[in-house]
Amino acid sequence: MCGIAGSFNLDGTPVGQVSLQGMLRMLSHRGPDDAGFYAENGVGLAHTRLSILDLAGGHQPMCNEDSSFWITFNGEIFNYLELKKDLLAKGHTFATRSDTEVILHLYEEKGEDCVQYLNGQWAFAIWDNQRRRLFLSRDRLGVRPLFYTQTGKTFLFGSEIKAIFANPAVSREIDFAGLDELFTYWCTIPPTTLFRNVHELPPGHSMTVDAGGIATRPYWDLQFNRSPEVVDPCHEEFYADQLLDLLADATKIRLRSDVPVGAYLSGGLDSTMTTALVKKVANAKLRTFSISFDNAEFDESGYQNEAVHFLNTEHQDLRCTKNQIAEAFPEVIWHTEKPVLRTAPAPLYLLSQLVRNSGFKVVVTGEGADEMLGGYDIFKETKIRRFWESQPHSKMRPLLLRRLYPYLRNIQEQPDAYRKAFFHINVDPKLQPFFSHIPRWQLTAKLKTFFSDEVLAELSDDGHGKVRSRLPICYASWDSFSQAQYLETKYLLPGYILSSQGDRMAMAHSVESRFPFLDHRVVEFACKLPVSLKMKVLNEKYLLKRCAKGLIPPSIANRHKQPYRAPEACSFFEPAARAYMDDLLSPEQISRDGIFDAPAVTMLVEKFRKGAAIGAKDNMGLVGIISTQLLIHHFINHFERRMAPHDA
Amino acid sequence: MTLNDELRAFVTESFMFGKPYKDFADDDSFIEHGIIDSTAVMELVAFLENRYRVKLLDQDLVPDNLDSVNGLARFVESRLPPNFTGARDASRIVLDRQ
Repeated sequence: MCGIAGSFNLDGTPVGQVSLQGMLRMLSHRGPDDAGFYAENGVGLAHTRLSILDLAGGHQPMCNEDSSFWITFNGEIFNYLELKKDLLAKGHTFATRSDTEVILHLYEEKGEDCVQYLNGQWAFAIWDNQRRRLFLSRDRLGVRPLFYTQTGKTFLFGSEIKAIFANPAVSREIDFAGLDELFTYWCTIPPTTLFRNVHELPPGHSMTVDAGGIATRPYWDLQFNRSPEVVDPCHEEFYADQLLDLLADATKIRLRSDVPVGAYLSGGLDSTMTTALVKKVANAKLRTFSISFDNAEFDESGYQNEAVHFLNTEHQDLRCTKNQIAEAFPEVIWHTEKPVLRTAPAPLYLLSQLVRNSGFKVVVTGEGADEMLGGYDIFKETKIRRFWESQPHSKMRPLLLRRLYPYLRNIQEQPDAYRKAFFHINVDPKLQPFFSHIPRWQLTAKLKTFFSDEVLAELSDDGHGKVRSRLPICYASWDSFSQAQYLETKYLLPGYILSSQGDRMAMAHSVESRFPFLDHRVVEFACKLPVSLKMKVLNEKYLLKRCAKGLIPPSIANRHKQPYRAPEACSFFEPAARAYMDDLLSPEQISRDGIFDAPAVTMLVEKFRKGAAIGAKDNMGLVGIISTQLLIHHFINHFERRMAPHDA
Repeated sequence: MTLNDELRAFVTESFMFGKPYKDFADDDSFIEHGIIDSTAVMELVAFLENRYRVKLLDQDLVPDNLDSVNGLARFVESRLPPNFTGARDASRIVLDRQ
């Protein structure tokens, strides 16, 4: 796992090594073990390395035998040994043991279609010296990040936006469209980012850049079954066996590493399952890591301890306090490069620090199971809302919503008359494609109340037109559950879970995460599964629970799904936040930065100080405002301070 | 300040953060205009109970009572304790309670 960056002068002007060094300096946290450059013929590739495979021979940028292709690569190709065997049989010769070289030879063999053969998590750029063409690609589900921009005749790319901003020719401005998306969907919709003219290559896409311009094309997308199927209970065993086989192999190839691999263990079904699979496949002593909280509302240490004893792992726990969240938060936003509406990334930032300090560079984690195998409450909520919608006057059907969020007090105590309104039973027909997500999106969009008049004047409500325009043709033929899975996997997974909570928090401390549930074979299998095997009535991840029997403690397999959450905005009233809260949220600073309405922000802060802020909107609002102000602080107002930290 | 004024100020400050939309009227539905979300109902109830010392029962938690400034005012007035009977001047009631 590494950091990549590059610069391509379309007019052939040489790329200076100094500018590449500036880019790499911004990515040093992603790759502390080695750094390398290649600059020739108007192009420059750069690489910071976190050595995991072929520790001695994997230096990058790397070229093929005749130096006609050069690559800078961030990620892992887990099936590289199988691919290498095929390539050797076809006559390719290899100088290293790395997976990087496999991509290069596969590109020689298959051209841009090489990505179809890769099983892994990647962002890479390959320079074709003869055609003077750059080929960039990002993995199917967006595990690894890739951003780009064009300024004049120069195309720039990087694993993180800060590398692109290292080039002084690139302007740094907040993109109101990105802000609008984040304060609706919790993430931006690629190619939009929070910064004007800086773009994100969408997951499952490749791109070519040459003198003729930039061309982006999708190479993969989620494809669900067209109609729900009834499953004969006898066949459940068949599906469960298939899933378990796939997961075991997905885990096995994710243990390919020349350094030790650890595992995150949250105490939930997914990470306990991946840990159990690692134990089963590797049959060795395993190190596990977890987060716990003093507040029982968020703490899962009871289940974590059960899993540790059952699986006999060597375990380390990070007891995370609100003050630690407040203390870490400014650096968290330096790494997320976008606002967040939850503080949840902060404990993960601290956890990766613990992992790294314990001598580990690689962890296996359980992300992806909720999206692909039907674990999220939003899927359950969609089922209940559809069930209620079919008999809107039913008194009994809406009561199911109380079962949905046992950990959310306000839902439990909410009057029935209001549930109907808040869960949007009568969705506008034009918004039906987004039936599952409308309550979340509309609640989140209310946070725009805090935007300044200047920002609000720039926004337009087009009925989610951008998301609508990107729906696959067959989307309308899928059931509501699959549509919900698509939206969740397509946008929130890469845009928040795998980035702000994933890659960025782990790589902040040079730790690589690996996700067996996001092996594309598992994902494609899950897409074709009958919905009833993902959620049987309201029993989430039904098939996974069947697979887990005997592998994990029954109490964990059967527990009610508890989403990972951390103490929210109350953290910012802890001592560690005093160092930045008053400055960032002062009316003068808010007015100067221009994104938010200063009196509205002051009222919100006062509401918290009075102890009257209890709701999701207030919490998300304050976290969103502070993180946006930190983003502006880091990237707009004081970026130069971070550019040359060693010179300061 | 009348009862309506005070309720309106609470709703405007707590749920609209001082930024009411243009022509926000006392009969406007909070739900239809997206002014309150699920937690805001709890906030509203807590405010009514603390500020006016009225007790809300489950059957009171309906939009007729809680979904507009006028609805809130009607409900509060109807539930004020007997010693306030005849004190139709809401401003006196509010001040007495401070």
